[in-house]
Amino acid sequence: MATYEAGQYDVIVIGAGHAGVEAAYAAAKRGAKTLVLTLNLDMIAFMPCNPSIGGPAKGIVVREVDALGGLMGKVIDKTYIQMRMLNTAKGPAVRALRAQADKPLYIMEMKKILEKEPNLTLRQGMVEELVVEDGEVKGVITETKALYRAKTVIITTGTFMRGRVITGDISYESGPNNQRASVKLSENLEKLGFDLVRFKTGTPPRVNHRTIDYSKTEIQPGDENPQHFSYETVEELTDQIPCWLTHTNQNTHQIINDNLELSPMYSGMIKGTGPRYCPSIEDKIVRFNDKPRHQIFLEPEGRNTDEVYVQGLSTSLPEYIQKEMLQTIPGLENAEIMRAGYAIEYDAVVPTQLWPTLEVKNISGLFTAGQINGTSGYEEAAGQGLMAGINAAAKALNKESLILDRSQAYIGVLIDDLVTKGTREPYRLLTSRAEHRLLLRHDNADLRLTEIGYEIGLISEERYQGFLQKKEQIAAEKQRLSEIRLKPTEELQQLMDEHGASRLKDGILAYDLLKRPEIGYKVIDKVCPSDIDIPFEVKEQVEIQIKYEGYIKKALQQVDKLKKMENKSIPEDIDYSAINGLATEARQRLEKIRPLTVAQASRVSGVNPADVSILLVYLEHGKVARVAND
Amino acid sequence: MIDTDTIAAISTPLGEGAIAIVRLSGEEAIPIASKVFEGKNLNEVSSHTIHYGKIIDPETKEMVEEVMVTVMRGPRTFTTENVVEINCHGGLASVNRVLELVLGYGARIAEPGEFTKRAFLNGRIDLSQAEAVMDLIRAKTDKAMNVALKQLDGKLSKLVEKLRQELIETVAHVEVNIDYPEYDDVEEMSHQMLLERTKKVYDQVEKLLETAKQGKILREGIKTAIIGRPNVGKSSLLNAFVQETKAIVTDIPGTTRDVIEEYVNVRGVPLRLIDTAGIRETEDIVERIGVERSRQALKESDLILFVLNYGEKLTEEDRKLFEAVDGLEYIVIVNKTDLEQVIDLEEVERLANGKKIITASMKEDIGMDQLEATIAETFFEGDIDGGDLTYISNVRHIQLLKQTMQALKDAEQAMEAQMPIDLVQMDVTRAWELLGEIIGDTVQESLIDQLFSQFCLGK
Repeated sequence: MATYEAGQYDVIVIGAGHAGVEAAYAAAKRGAKTLVLTLNLDMIAFMPCNPSIGGPAKGIVVREVDALGGLMGKVIDKTYIQMRMLNTAKGPAVRALRAQADKPLYIMEMKKILEKEPNLTLRQGMVEELVVEDGEVKGVITETKALYRAKTVIITTGTFMRGRVITGDISYESGPNNQRASVKLSENLEKLGFDLVRFKTGTPPRVNHRTIDYSKTEIQPGDENPQHFSYETVEELTDQIPCWLTHTNQNTHQIINDNLELSPMYSGMIKGTGPRYCPSIEDKIVRFNDKPRHQIFLEPEGRNTDEVYVQGLSTSLPEYIQKEMLQTIPGLENAEIMRAGYAIEYDAVVPTQLWPTLEVKNISGLFTAGQINGTSGYEEAAGQGLMAGINAAAKALNKESLILDRSQAYIGVLIDDLVTKGTREPYRLLTSRAEHRLLLRHDNADLRLTEIGYEIGLISEERYQGFLQKKEQIAAEKQRLSEIRLKPTEELQQLMDEHGASRLKDGILAYDLLKRPEIGYKVIDKVCPSDIDIPFEVKEQVEIQIKYEGYIKKALQQVDKLKKMENKSIPEDIDYSAINGLATEARQRLEKIRPLTVAQASRVSGVNPADVSILLVYLEHGKVARVAND
Repeated sequence: MIDTDTIAAISTPLGEGAIAIVRLSGEEAIPIASKVFEGKNLNEVSSHTIHYGKIIDPETKEMVEEVMVTVMRGPRTFTTENVVEINCHGGLASVNRVLELVLGYGARIAEPGEFTKRAFLNGRIDLSQAEAVMDLIRAKTDKAMNVALKQLDGKLSKLVEKLRQELIETVAHVEVNIDYPEYDDVEEMSHQMLLERTKKVYDQVEKLLETAKQGKILREGIKTAIIGRPNVGKSSLLNAFVQETKAIVTDIPGTTRDVIEEYVNVRGVPLRLIDTAGIRETEDIVERIGVERSRQALKESDLILFVLNYGEKLTEEDRKLFEAVDGLEYIVIVNKTDLEQVIDLEEVERLANGKKIITASMKEDIGMDQLEATIAETFFEGDIDGGDLTYISNVRHIQLLKQTMQALKDAEQAMEAQMPIDLVQMDVTRAWELLGEIIGDTVQESLIDQLFSQFCLGK
């Protein structure tokens, strides 16, 4: 059947999950005429797995997305049912917000925002084929034979590509949550020369709230004074809903051990690689068989639903075994399964095929973002989606592209890891992946990125002015504290005692007093309050900047040292085979990754410092030639 | 790598040459050199001039070497940067001390071929030479890697790996607390726990630095004492060493003329035969000063060559000597196998308690080979290459170990200042990375592997 001309766009986004919505919104905001094609318009930004957003590293990504003008933070702030700040007893670099989401509400809120966006068109449809001519993407063709033309296309199809759901020995072609799998697109990508891998992930059963005996579990309430992801959010939720904690036991483990051969993971039915950080319960029991119990968190899926997510019990054992397992867990003895757990296998794109802009190296104008790039997690998807949207719009509109480096954002770490090193399993962000994590805090995401968000047109003038004001307040307050000398009065000494700090021997600058680990703003407000009202965020920032000044300086020095290498760019068309002296392995890896900077080259595995030196010498050829000709 | 920091290295082949040059290049080359130099103020001298003076350890005020120092300011230098060349009078120990001193005062050890690379990157070498520079980097790196790997076969690398494992387990533990805050199977790492663990590693690194045999050998040579009763053949043993190898006889300033130290090179292991004059002239130390005191004196040696007479029975004095060397590093040489056996070898074996025993005849030139092999084996696993790169790798190890200690010290101070554990952990991670540089392994991914193999995670 022939195709019909269905429209012309700057940017087409395939898929409307967490990557797709950010990509579409960012592209539209940048001024690109944008089309979103998705399988089901009722499932925009659906959460197929756990009903929560944020957590260590991930929560910081959400703040970064927000600082750059993305949606995730704003939407979860409007639809959360519980908010917690994690790691509060630790340092500022690792604190992180996590929200329990109201899943159905999240979808509605997200859809509402997209619908209101003037440059954005939402349309239901299954893309089956990309139109590619001379290595350049030209558009897409849907199942219904609509041909949409576009300057750039972003694929954000998550786990849908050749998705296959498996429980026990039953398996069928499907996307998550019984949605249709996308098979033809996957085949099309293969035909276009893409290198695909097979990954696997899974999800636990959901049970009915009314069948849980909470008296046998432990309550996990939200924070009393919830903080928020978005710097624009002002309202706070007053009626939060708790989660609940219970545990597996020897009986549960016995059932799993007895039925291991029924698990597709162990019967060999599943061939995809699963994530180590999100193992199924059967994995946990096999690999750590000395553990007497595992934690199970019961998390409500929303305010207006009885479904409860059984966090920690991800499994692909047959449905009837899942039922038996649940019966052994305190509080869940009579729990009724509403949706069974399952494993899902899917095709992912080997991410080293992408530039750091997320554009595909071999097909100009085509971008991929989110779980299709081998990541897992809503936040990782959102971060990539946003960047792909920014860069696809840039390409379509001849604007400047944007690459965040590793010292600027977790998003930078994530994308650099993916395109430079690739991944052998679904990739999750961890704080330990960020070498500059003291600089990548959740509290300073706005200071790091708002400027950029404003420049690319995603941050409103109003918000930007507010941001500038905050910056000024921080500077002024730091200045004020550095000018106040406090005498060691009895009042102050008693305050020191109260906070468990050693007494002062001499007068001290308010600035230096705040450096003491035991002393916070409470003390400052008592001994030298400001004349003007200083907002919480400003105080927080001032305190962190002063208290950890030494460490932050050290971290900044490290970044400075690397800057020269970051700034040293490598031409895209460099011919590595012409460089004598490169080790064979280094040459092969560099040819494949085609790093854009010397710093990125140095992070490619198999490239050692000598290779980097040789590369540098080679890059200087031109410069030396000029000197020689003078 | 596009660094402009100051680099240093010994730029002459080591060992036989009469003069060795330690070269510095970089912004801070002149101030760094002047910190350890006694003579004219190098910061004020004109460019391209040479000056006589002494290299002094600023901490101990001890003189290390008499030197001639050339000061050359950029850009009219090989690298176009400021360059200082310190001409030393050779001798393994002093040249290396000079290098170590400048490294201690702000210079960094040069990468293989780095001087040439800088010369090139700064436009000092023309285009046609670029290829040669790349070849040089490649070749030097390969050689350096070979040497480094060879050295690493030994106990050092095993110990370093063990220390790294301890550190990474600690780091992984902290990381799990951070990334999985609600995970209750893992105890929250406290400052106290972290302090204990880092202290343990710190102590071991310190010990390693003190006793790092390879490092020490190349710095100073092995302090070796030859002991034994009169007429067992100590002098013949000494002469055998001196004849077989090229001995360098040095007058050490500040000591009396009759105390002479002799350096001999045994299969790449430099031995410093101490107090040999004493051995020659007053044969009988135990008789003279008693077991306890001779023990004290012997403790300062890294190696004791304990000579017995094959043709005589063990005497009370021999047994006292065994007592004196108990717990020290020694090799027993039963000399004079040309005579008829009178000595009870079984008793010798019992007294030696597992230490190596070599039967030899200095007179008939039997046993020296075996002795030399044993010495080499004791201090290196197998033979070593005496080339300059061995030397540099060693200095590099020492530097890395020192930096590791500093990182662990930083961690300790941070803990005392009640800094949050995740900040303290950054210093611990740094220590882990530094140790990794010794064995050429700093891949961040291994931390993540550790995380998932050590803990059962899944939130």
